Amino acid sequence: MKELGDHIARATGAVPSIRLGELMLETTPDKVIALLAFLRDDPKCLFKQLCDVSGVDWPERPKRFDVVYNLLSLKNNQRVRVKLQTDEATPVPSAAGLFSAANWFERETYDLYGIWFSDHPDLRRILTDYGFEGHPLRKDFPLTGFVEMRWDDVQKRVIYEPVKLQQEFRRFDFLSPWEGSIQRMLPGDEKATEEGKSG
Amino acid sequence: MGVITPANTAPTADAALSRALNDELADKGFVVSQLDKLVTWARTGSMWGLTFGLACCGVEMIHAWMSRYDLDRFGFAPMPSPRSADVMIVAGTLCNKMAPALRKIYDQMAEPRYVISMGSCANGGGYYHYSYSVVRGCDRIVPVDVYVPGCPPTAEALVYGILQLQKKVRRQGTLVR
Repeated sequence: MKELGDHIARATGAVPSIRLGELMLETTPDKVIALLAFLRDDPKCLFKQLCDVSGVDWPERPKRFDVVYNLLSLKNNQRVRVKLQTDEATPVPSAAGLFSAANWFERETYDLYGIWFSDHPDLRRILTDYGFEGHPLRKDFPLTGFVEMRWDDVQKRVIYEPVKLQQEFRRFDFLSPWEGSIQRMLPGDEKATEEGKSG
Repeated sequence: MGVITPANTAPTADAALSRALNDELADKGFVVSQLDKLVTWARTGSMWGLTFGLACCGVEMIHAWMSRYDLDRFGFAPMPSPRSADVMIVAGTLCNKMAPALRKIYDQMAEPRYVISMGSCANGGGYYHYSYSVVRGCDRIVPVDVYVPGCPPTAEALVYGILQLQKKVRRQGTLVR
């Protein structure tokens, strides 16, 4: 895996690393198309399947988005992850010319994060409602959104209204280890520590 | 366990009723009834359900028609076309994008039409109540007659809801709704 990473790095200038037992390549928007083309066509790589294109939002970073491409090589039984950073204004070149699967994946990424893809044949929203405003998977998008829907009997159509909630969203999972504020014993853990002590 | 139900009293009562009817028919050659009762009886006996399965509740709705619960024996047949359906079963999460389509389908149904809201999501948003893309209850879009609670409700619960709807239709007994 290390050899393959070095081979790719020599040819394309991407930064390889091995995370969680998988090869990861970090690159920049201007080099990503050359890298993906190399990964697809090089006889040592042959990553012919694009499994997913997705985004990650890091609001505290100046370049707040990651775009992640997951590729699979059936020939070599190998997976690779390509990552690059971008922000709201900088478009990423579309991979739809290389992988036809990228067309809808990039539409989805654009829809949910607002990441722009240049040269995309048809960059429309794909999942959210027609005329939806905002990008729901951004961290600054509120859970309940801004509008809700109901049937209007006078206008005889379905209309959007600002959200009116009877009760705010409440989180009841006080014991979640991911919330982190309280380091208390989780139910079932007492037995585990006792066994650990005795053993 | 609970699969084989012992014969309850309903068949014997039905048998007595049909015997009495037969006797009256043989005796007089006609049966007198009230028109509204006859209409509601006919209506409850042949309800066609529009299968609007949107999520996992849709699978339970299918179960209700399969051999174990067999909704057909209530005259409640699945009908994929809204033009000839009487009851719409909204089974599952109603998203904002689906809501205009749901309303359009409802508008295409002929009167008298009824709506069964099946499952937490269709009743009031349920698990997705605070989501940005889910309608908080399908009663915001269409008028609902019977709510079936559960996540998802069992096929049995849906059958019970349908029996409740039949009871409602029988008691309402109006020709114009």
